[in-house]
Amino acid sequence: MNAETVRAHPDAPGALIEARDVGLSFGPTPALRGASVAVQAGEILAVMGPSGSGKSTLLHCLAGILTPDTGEILLAGRRLDTMRENARSALRRDRFGFVFQFGQLVGELSAVENVALPLLLSGTPRAEALARARSWFDRLDLDGTQTRRCGELSGGQAQRVALARALVARPEVLFADEPTGALDSLTGEHVMNLLVSCAREQGTTVILVTHEPRVAAYADREIIVRDGTVTSFAAAPLLP
Amino acid sequence: MALLGLLEREPSHGYDLKRDYDAYFGRGKPLPFGQVYATLGRLARDGKVLVGETEPGAGPDRKRYVITKQGVSEVETWLREPVEPEPHLQTVLFVKVVLALMSGRSAEGYLDLQRAAHLQRMRELTALKRTGGMVDALLADHGLFHLEADLRWIELTAARLDALADMVRA
Ligand SMILES: Nc1ncnc2c1ncn2[C@@H]1O[C@H](COP(=O)(O)OP(=O)(O)OP(=O)(O)O)[C@@H](O)[C@H]1O
Ligand SMILES: [Mg+2]
Repeated sequence: MNAETVRAHPDAPGALIEARDVGLSFGPTPALRGASVAVQAGEILAVMGPSGSGKSTLLHCLAGILTPDTGEILLAGRRLDTMRENARSALRRDRFGFVFQFGQLVGELSAVENVALPLLLSGTPRAEALARARSWFDRLDLDGTQTRRCGELSGGQAQRVALARALVARPEVLFADEPTGALDSLTGEHVMNLLVSCAREQGTTVILVTHEPRVAAYADREIIVRDGTVTSFAAAPLLP
Repeated sequence: MALLGLLEREPSHGYDLKRDYDAYFGRGKPLPFGQVYATLGRLARDGKVLVGETEPGAGPDRKRYVITKQGVSEVETWLREPVEPEPHLQTVLFVKVVLALMSGRSAEGYLDLQRAAHLQRMRELTALKRTGGMVDALLADHGLFHLEADLRWIELTAARLDALADMVRA
Protein backbone atom coordinates (compact mmCIF):
# COMPACT_ATOMS: atom_id res chain seq x y z
CA MET A 1 0.00 0.00 0.00
CA ASN A 2 1.47 3.37 -0.81
CA ALA A 3 1.39 6.55 1.17
CA GLU A 4 -1.35 8.22 -0.83
CA THR A 5 -3.91 5.49 -0.29
CA VAL A 6 -3.32 5.56 3.43
CA ARG A 7 -3.55 9.29 3.74
CA ALA A 8 -6.79 9.32 1.86
CA HIS A 9 -8.28 6.78 4.29
CA PRO A 10 -11.82 7.98 5.03
CA ASP A 11 -11.58 7.21 8.75
CA ALA A 12 -8.50 9.38 9.18
CA PRO A 13 -9.55 12.94 8.64
CA GLY A 14 -6.94 14.26 11.05
CA ALA A 15 -3.87 12.59 12.35
CA LEU A 16 -1.84 9.96 10.53
CA ILE A 17 -0.60 8.49 13.76
CA GLU A 18 -1.96 9.02 17.22
CA ALA A 19 -1.52 7.89 20.82
CA ARG A 20 -4.59 8.25 23.01
CA ASP A 21 -4.12 8.20 26.74
CA VAL A 22 -1.44 5.54 26.57
CA GLY A 23 -0.18 3.85 29.74
CA LEU A 24 2.62 1.33 29.97
CA SER A 25 4.57 -0.08 32.91
CA PHE A 26 7.70 -2.17 32.98
CA GLY A 27 6.95 -4.29 36.04
CA PRO A 28 6.38 -1.80 38.84
CA THR A 29 7.86 1.12 36.87
CA PRO A 30 5.31 3.25 35.06
CA ALA A 31 7.01 4.52 31.88
CA LEU A 32 3.93 6.12 30.33
CA ARG A 33 0.93 7.43 32.24
CA GLY A 34 -1.75 8.67 29.94
CA ALA A 35 0.38 10.01 27.09
CA SER A 36 -1.48 11.48 24.13
CA VAL A 37 -0.14 12.90 20.89
CA ALA A 38 -1.45 13.27 17.35
CA VAL A 39 0.92 13.58 14.41
CA GLN A 40 -0.27 14.90 11.07
CA ALA A 41 0.77 13.31 7.78
CA GLY A 42 3.97 14.88 6.51
CA GLU A 43 4.72 16.51 9.84
CA ILE A 44 8.14 16.39 11.48
CA LEU A 45 7.64 16.14 15.23
CA ALA A 46 10.37 16.41 17.85
CA VAL A 47 9.87 14.51 21.11
CA MET A 48 11.86 16.07 23.95
CA GLY A 49 12.01 15.73 27.70
CA PRO A 50 14.27 14.63 30.54
CA SER A 51 16.07 11.31 30.59
CA GLY A 52 13.81 8.49 31.71
CA SER A 53 10.64 10.49 31.05
CA GLY A 54 9.28 7.94 28.56
CA LYS A 55 10.30 9.32 25.14
CA SER A 56 11.65 6.07 23.73
CA THR A 57 8.79 4.10 25.21
CA LEU A 58 6.29 6.43 23.54
CA LEU A 59 8.13 6.09 20.22
CA HIS A 60 8.08 2.31 20.49
CA CYS A 61 4.36 2.34 21.24
CA LEU A 62 3.64 4.60 18.26
CA ALA A 63 5.70 2.28 16.05
CA GLY A 64 3.84 -0.82 17.26
CA ILE A 65 6.99 -2.31 18.78
CA LEU A 66 5.59 -2.15 22.32
CA THR A 67 1.96 -2.75 23.19
CA PRO A 68 0.50 -0.32 25.73
CA ASP A 69 -1.29 -1.61 28.86
CA THR A 70 -3.98 1.02 28.46
CA GLY A 71 -5.05 3.48 25.81
CA GLU A 72 -4.97 3.25 22.02
CA ILE A 73 -2.54 3.68 19.15
CA LEU A 74 -4.10 4.66 15.84
CA LEU A 75 -2.54 4.62 12.40
CA ALA A 76 -4.67 6.44 9.85
CA GLY A 77 -7.62 5.86 12.16
CA ARG A 78 -7.03 2.12 12.59
CA ARG A 79 -6.10 0.51 15.89
CA LEU A 80 -2.46 -0.54 15.79
CA ASP A 81 -2.18 -1.81 19.35
CA THR A 82 -4.82 -4.50 18.93
CA MET A 83 -3.45 -5.86 15.66
CA ARG A 84 -1.94 -9.33 15.62
CA GLU A 85 1.82 -9.35 15.92
CA ASN A 86 2.50 -10.68 12.42
CA ALA A 87 0.29 -7.98 10.92
CA ARG A 88 2.12 -5.37 12.95
CA SER A 89 5.53 -6.58 11.95
CA ALA A 90 4.50 -6.58 8.28
CA LEU A 91 3.32 -3.03 8.74
CA ARG A 92 6.58 -1.98 10.37
CA ARG A 93 8.49 -3.57 7.53
CA ASP A 94 6.40 -2.07 4.71
CA ARG A 95 5.37 1.33 5.99
CA PHE A 96 7.76 2.41 8.74
CA GLY A 97 11.44 3.27 8.76
CA PHE A 98 13.68 3.34 11.82
CA VAL A 99 16.89 5.10 12.80
CA PHE A 100 18.31 4.51 16.24
CA GLN A 101 21.33 5.75 18.05
CA PHE A 102 23.47 2.62 17.94
CA GLY A 103 23.78 -0.92 16.74
CA GLN A 104 21.29 -0.96 13.95
CA LEU A 105 23.46 -1.91 11.00
CA VAL A 106 24.52 -5.46 10.31
CA GLY A 107 28.27 -5.24 10.73
CA GLU A 108 29.11 -8.21 8.53
CA LEU A 109 27.17 -6.91 5.53
CA SER A 110 28.47 -4.23 3.20
CA ALA A 111 27.05 -0.72 3.43
CA VAL A 112 25.04 -1.14 0.25
CA GLU A 113 23.62 -4.50 1.41
CA ASN A 114 22.56 -2.87 4.65
CA VAL A 115 20.69 -0.16 2.78
CA ALA A 116 19.06 -2.74 0.50
CA LEU A 117 17.94 -4.89 3.43
CA PRO A 118 14.41 -3.50 3.88
CA LEU A 119 13.76 -3.91 0.16
CA LEU A 120 15.07 -7.47 0.18
CA LEU A 121 12.94 -8.30 3.22
CA SER A 122 9.81 -7.08 1.48
CA GLY A 123 10.54 -9.18 -1.60
CA THR A 124 12.19 -6.78 -4.05
CA PRO A 125 14.46 -8.72 -6.44
CA ARG A 126 18.08 -8.53 -5.36
CA ALA A 127 19.45 -6.67 -8.41
CA GLU A 128 16.78 -4.01 -8.17
CA ALA A 129 17.15 -3.66 -4.41
CA LEU A 130 20.91 -3.16 -4.73
CA ALA A 131 20.48 -0.64 -7.54
CA ARG A 132 18.02 1.40 -5.52
CA ALA A 133 20.29 1.20 -2.50
CA ARG A 134 23.28 2.41 -4.54
CA SER A 135 21.41 5.50 -5.66
CA TRP A 136 21.45 6.76 -2.06
CA PHE A 137 25.21 6.81 -1.66
CA ASP A 138 25.84 9.81 -3.83
CA ARG A 139 23.26 12.07 -2.23
CA LEU A 140 24.39 11.11 1.25
CA ASP A 141 27.97 11.93 0.36
CA LEU A 142 28.95 8.32 0.96
CA ASP A 143 30.60 7.52 -2.34
CA GLY A 144 33.32 4.92 -1.97
CA THR A 145 31.77 3.26 1.07
CA GLN A 146 29.32 1.05 -0.82
CA THR A 147 31.33 -2.15 -0.53
CA ARG A 148 32.85 -1.47 2.89
CA ARG A 149 31.58 -3.62 5.72
CA CYS A 150 29.48 -1.58 8.10
CA GLY A 151 31.67 -2.51 11.03
CA GLU A 152 34.44 -0.45 9.40
CA LEU A 153 32.51 2.80 8.93
CA SER A 154 32.94 5.90 11.08
CA GLY A 155 30.06 6.92 13.33
CA GLY A 156 28.89 9.63 10.96
CA GLN A 157 29.11 7.38 7.92
CA ALA A 158 27.25 4.59 9.70
CA GLN A 159 24.52 7.01 10.71
CA ARG A 160 24.04 8.16 7.13
CA VAL A 161 23.91 4.54 5.97
CA ALA A 162 21.28 3.93 8.64
CA LEU A 163 19.32 6.91 7.37
CA ALA A 164 19.48 5.60 3.80
CA ARG A 165 18.31 2.21 5.01
CA ALA A 166 15.42 3.79 6.88
CA LEU A 167 14.32 5.79 3.84
CA VAL A 168 15.07 3.44 0.93
CA ALA A 169 11.67 1.78 0.97
CA ARG A 170 9.98 5.20 1.06
CA PRO A 171 8.27 4.68 4.42
CA GLU A 172 5.23 6.70 5.38
CA VAL A 173 6.56 7.20 8.88
CA LEU A 174 10.16 7.51 9.98
CA PHE A 175 10.87 6.83 13.65
CA ALA A 176 14.19 8.22 14.83
CA ASP A 177 15.50 7.88 18.39
CA GLU A 178 18.46 10.20 19.05
CA PRO A 179 19.67 9.80 15.46
CA THR A 180 22.53 12.26 15.99
CA GLY A 181 23.38 11.18 19.50
CA ALA A 182 26.85 9.86 18.72
CA LEU A 183 27.84 12.55 16.22
CA ASP A 184 29.76 15.81 16.42
CA SER A 185 27.88 19.04 15.70
CA LEU A 186 28.80 19.34 12.04
CA THR A 187 28.13 15.70 11.18
CA GLY A 188 24.92 15.78 13.16
CA GLU A 189 23.86 18.81 11.18
CA HIS A 190 24.61 17.02 7.93
CA VAL A 191 22.52 14.02 8.99
CA MET A 192 19.63 16.26 10.04
CA ASN A 193 19.73 18.25 6.81
CA LEU A 194 19.51 15.01 4.85
CA LEU A 195 16.80 13.60 7.05
CA VAL A 196 14.65 16.70 6.67
CA SER A 197 15.22 17.11 2.91
CA CYS A 198 14.49 13.45 2.21
CA ALA A 199 11.43 13.44 4.43
CA ARG A 200 10.04 16.58 2.78
CA GLU A 201 10.73 15.21 -0.69
CA GLN A 202 9.01 11.91 0.01
CA GLY A 203 6.27 13.38 2.21
CA THR A 204 7.44 11.17 5.06
CA THR A 205 6.06 11.81 8.53
CA VAL A 206 8.91 11.92 11.05
CA ILE A 207 8.84 11.30 14.78
CA LEU A 208 12.18 12.31 16.17
CA VAL A 209 13.27 11.76 19.77
CA THR A 210 16.06 14.08 20.83
CA HIS A 211 17.28 15.92 23.87
CA GLU A 212 19.24 18.38 21.73
CA PRO A 213 17.41 21.64 21.02
CA ARG A 214 19.46 22.23 17.89
CA VAL A 215 18.22 18.92 16.50
CA ALA A 216 14.65 19.58 17.60
CA ALA A 217 14.80 22.90 15.75
CA TYR A 218 14.66 20.97 12.46
CA ALA A 219 11.16 19.76 13.34
CA ASP A 220 7.88 21.56 12.70
CA ARG A 221 6.99 21.47 16.37
CA GLU A 222 7.97 19.74 19.60
CA ILE A 223 6.24 17.94 22.42
CA ILE A 224 7.75 17.53 25.87
CA VAL A 225 7.39 14.21 27.67
CA ARG A 226 7.56 14.51 31.42
CA ASP A 227 6.89 11.70 33.90
CA GLY A 228 5.22 9.61 31.23
CA THR A 229 2.79 12.25 29.99
CA VAL A 230 2.90 14.76 27.17
CA THR A 231 2.98 18.40 28.22
CA SER A 232 1.31 20.92 26.00
CA PHE A 233 1.66 24.66 26.17
CA ALA A 234 -1.88 25.91 26.04
CA ALA A 235 -1.76 29.46 27.37
CA ALA A 236 -3.08 28.50 30.78
CA PRO A 237 -2.91 31.06 33.58
CA LEU A 238 0.12 30.61 35.76
CA LEU A 239 -1.89 31.04 38.96
CA PRO A 240 -3.31 27.75 40.24
CA MET B 1 35.61 49.83 12.35
CA ALA B 2 34.06 47.31 9.98
CA LEU B 3 34.52 49.72 7.06
CA LEU B 4 38.13 50.35 7.98
CA GLY B 5 38.70 46.61 8.18
CA LEU B 6 37.16 46.10 4.73
CA LEU B 7 39.32 48.87 3.34
CA GLU B 8 42.45 47.19 4.61
CA ARG B 9 42.06 44.52 1.91
CA GLU B 10 42.57 46.95 -0.99
CA PRO B 11 41.88 50.56 -1.93
CA SER B 12 38.15 50.78 -2.65
CA HIS B 13 35.31 53.06 -3.63
CA GLY B 14 32.62 53.86 -1.11
CA TYR B 15 30.21 51.84 -3.19
CA ASP B 16 32.33 48.66 -2.96
CA LEU B 17 32.65 49.06 0.77
CA LYS B 18 28.92 49.44 1.20
CA ARG B 19 28.24 46.40 -0.97
CA ASP B 20 30.64 44.19 0.98
CA TYR B 21 29.47 45.56 4.31
CA ASP B 22 25.86 44.71 3.41
CA ALA B 23 26.84 41.24 2.17
CA TYR B 24 28.77 40.26 5.28
CA PHE B 25 27.45 42.38 8.12
CA GLY B 26 24.21 43.98 6.92
CA ARG B 27 21.72 41.23 7.79
CA GLY B 28 18.64 43.00 6.50
CA LYS B 29 19.90 46.41 7.67
CA PRO B 30 21.82 47.81 4.71
CA LEU B 31 24.15 50.69 5.44
CA PRO B 32 22.87 54.01 4.06
CA PHE B 33 25.25 55.63 1.55
CA GLY B 34 25.22 58.80 3.59
CA GLN B 35 26.59 56.94 6.57
CA VAL B 36 29.32 55.31 4.48
CA TYR B 37 30.59 58.68 3.27
CA ALA B 38 30.22 60.33 6.67
CA THR B 39 32.31 57.54 8.21
CA LEU B 40 34.93 57.72 5.47
CA GLY B 41 35.11 61.49 5.92
CA ARG B 42 35.70 61.09 9.63
CA LEU B 43 38.37 58.42 9.06
CA ALA B 44 40.10 60.73 6.56
CA ARG B 45 40.03 63.63 9.01
CA ASP B 46 41.60 61.39 11.69
CA GLY B 47 44.35 60.28 9.31
CA LYS B 48 43.24 56.66 9.06
CA VAL B 49 42.42 56.78 5.37
CA LEU B 50 43.59 58.84 2.40
CA VAL B 51 41.20 60.09 -0.23
CA GLY B 52 42.49 59.46 -3.74
CA GLU B 53 42.08 61.66 -6.79
CA THR B 54 38.59 62.13 -8.14
CA GLU B 55 38.40 59.84 -11.13
CA PRO B 56 36.85 60.85 -14.41
CA GLY B 57 33.40 59.47 -15.15
CA ALA B 58 29.82 59.88 -14.16
CA GLY B 59 28.20 59.21 -10.79
CA PRO B 60 28.91 60.49 -7.31
CA ASP B 61 31.27 57.69 -6.38
CA ARG B 62 34.48 58.58 -8.19
CA LYS B 63 36.84 58.63 -5.22
CA ARG B 64 39.03 55.80 -4.08
CA TYR B 65 39.96 55.47 -0.43
CA VAL B 66 43.24 53.98 0.81
CA ILE B 67 43.95 52.89 4.38
CA THR B 68 46.97 54.52 6.12
CA LYS B 69 49.53 52.93 8.43
CA GLN B 70 47.66 54.45 11.34
CA GLY B 71 44.45 52.91 10.05
CA VAL B 72 46.06 49.47 9.81
CA SER B 73 47.36 49.70 13.34
CA GLU B 74 43.90 50.71 14.54
CA VAL B 75 42.38 47.58 12.92
CA GLU B 76 45.13 45.46 14.45
CA THR B 77 44.49 46.85 17.94
CA TRP B 78 40.73 46.39 17.62
CA LEU B 79 41.02 42.77 16.47
CA ARG B 80 43.22 41.98 19.47
CA GLU B 81 40.71 43.32 21.97
CA PRO B 82 38.49 40.52 23.29
CA VAL B 83 34.81 41.35 23.39
CA GLU B 84 33.37 41.64 26.90
CA PRO B 85 32.29 38.10 27.81
CA GLU B 86 28.57 38.15 28.36
CA PRO B 87 26.26 37.58 30.06
CA HIS B 88 26.13 39.37 33.34
CA LEU B 89 24.65 37.72 36.36
CA GLN B 90 21.33 39.37 35.90
CA THR B 91 18.80 37.92 33.58
CA VAL B 92 15.14 38.59 33.17
CA LEU B 93 14.58 34.83 32.85
CA PHE B 94 15.83 34.36 36.38
CA VAL B 95 13.82 37.30 37.71
CA LYS B 96 10.64 35.84 36.23
CA VAL B 97 11.27 32.41 37.75
CA VAL B 98 11.87 33.87 41.21
CA LEU B 99 8.88 36.20 41.07
CA ALA B 100 6.63 33.38 39.88
CA LEU B 101 7.76 31.24 42.83
CA MET B 102 7.39 34.08 45.34
CA SER B 103 3.86 34.81 44.21
CA GLY B 104 2.77 31.17 44.18
CA ARG B 105 2.43 31.11 40.40
CA SER B 106 3.65 28.22 38.28
CA ALA B 107 7.31 28.79 37.51
CA GLU B 108 7.24 25.55 35.57
CA GLY B 109 4.46 26.94 33.41
CA TYR B 110 6.54 30.02 32.71
CA LEU B 111 9.59 27.91 31.86
CA ASP B 112 7.49 25.79 29.50
CA LEU B 113 6.34 28.90 27.64
CA GLN B 114 9.87 30.24 27.51
CA ARG B 115 11.18 26.93 26.17
CA ALA B 116 8.53 26.93 23.45
CA ALA B 117 9.44 30.51 22.48
CA HIS B 118 13.14 29.69 22.38
CA LEU B 119 12.53 26.61 20.24
CA GLN B 120 10.36 28.61 17.87
CA ARG B 121 13.20 31.10 17.37
CA MET B 122 15.63 28.22 16.91
CA ARG B 123 13.39 26.80 14.19
CA GLU B 124 13.44 30.14 12.38
CA LEU B 125 17.22 30.33 12.58
CA THR B 126 17.54 26.71 11.41
CA ALA B 127 15.32 27.47 8.42
CA LEU B 128 17.49 30.50 7.63
CA LYS B 129 20.52 28.28 7.83
CA ARG B 130 19.07 25.70 5.48
CA THR B 131 18.07 28.25 2.84
CA GLY B 132 20.78 30.88 3.17
CA GLY B 133 24.46 30.98 2.38
CA MET B 134 27.52 30.42 4.51
CA VAL B 135 27.36 33.89 6.10
CA ASP B 136 23.75 33.34 7.16
CA ALA B 137 24.65 29.91 8.49
CA LEU B 138 27.51 31.21 10.62
CA LEU B 139 25.40 33.99 12.10
CA ALA B 140 22.43 31.70 12.64
CA ASP B 141 24.70 29.22 14.42
CA HIS B 142 25.88 31.93 16.78
CA GLY B 143 22.26 32.65 17.67
CA LEU B 144 21.41 28.95 17.92
CA PHE B 145 24.21 28.17 20.37
CA HIS B 146 23.21 31.09 22.59
CA LEU B 147 19.58 30.02 22.59
CA GLU B 148 20.68 26.49 23.33
CA ALA B 149 22.64 27.72 26.32
CA ASP B 150 19.50 29.45 27.63
CA LEU B 151 17.56 26.24 27.12
CA ARG B 152 20.07 24.24 29.09
CA TRP B 153 19.68 26.71 31.90
CA ILE B 154 15.89 26.41 31.59
CA GLU B 155 16.07 22.60 31.84
CA LEU B 156 18.36 22.70 34.84
CA THR B 157 16.25 25.32 36.57
CA ALA B 158 13.09 23.32 35.89
CA ALA B 159 14.77 20.34 37.55
CA ARG B 160 15.71 22.49 40.55
CA LEU B 161 12.42 24.30 40.99
CA ASP B 162 11.44 22.49 44.19
CA ALA B 163 14.65 23.44 45.95
CA LEU B 164 14.46 26.98 44.61
CA ALA B 165 10.85 27.29 45.78
CA ASP B 166 11.80 26.23 49.30
CA MET B 167 14.52 28.84 49.40
CA VAL B 168 12.41 31.66 47.98
CA ARG B 169 9.53 31.03 50.34
CA ALA B 170 11.70 30.57 53.43
N1 LIG C 1 12.91 -2.56 28.90
C1 LIG C 1 12.70 -1.92 30.05
N2 LIG C 1 12.60 -2.56 31.21
C2 LIG C 1 12.37 -1.93 32.37
N3 LIG C 1 12.22 -0.60 32.48
C3 LIG C 1 12.33 0.13 31.35
C4 LIG C 1 12.57 -0.49 30.07
N4 LIG C 1 12.62 0.50 29.16
C5 LIG C 1 12.42 1.65 29.81
N5 LIG C 1 12.24 1.44 31.13
C6 LIG C 1 11.97 2.47 32.14
O1 LIG C 1 10.90 3.27 31.69
C7 LIG C 1 11.13 4.63 31.93
C8 LIG C 1 11.09 5.41 30.63
O2 LIG C 1 12.17 4.98 29.82
P1 LIG C 1 12.46 5.53 28.37
O3 LIG C 1 13.53 4.69 27.79
O4 LIG C 1 11.19 5.64 27.62
O5 LIG C 1 13.00 6.99 28.71
P2 LIG C 1 13.60 8.11 27.75
O6 LIG C 1 12.76 9.31 27.95
O7 LIG C 1 13.73 7.57 26.38
O8 LIG C 1 15.02 8.38 28.39
P3 LIG C 1 16.45 8.69 27.70
O9 LIG C 1 16.41 10.16 27.36
O10 LIG C 1 17.42 8.42 28.80
O11 LIG C 1 16.61 7.81 26.51
C9 LIG C 1 12.44 4.71 32.66
O12 LIG C 1 12.18 4.78 34.04
C10 LIG C 1 13.13 3.42 32.29
O13 LIG C 1 13.98 3.00 33.32
MG1 LIG D 1 15.38 7.07 25.14
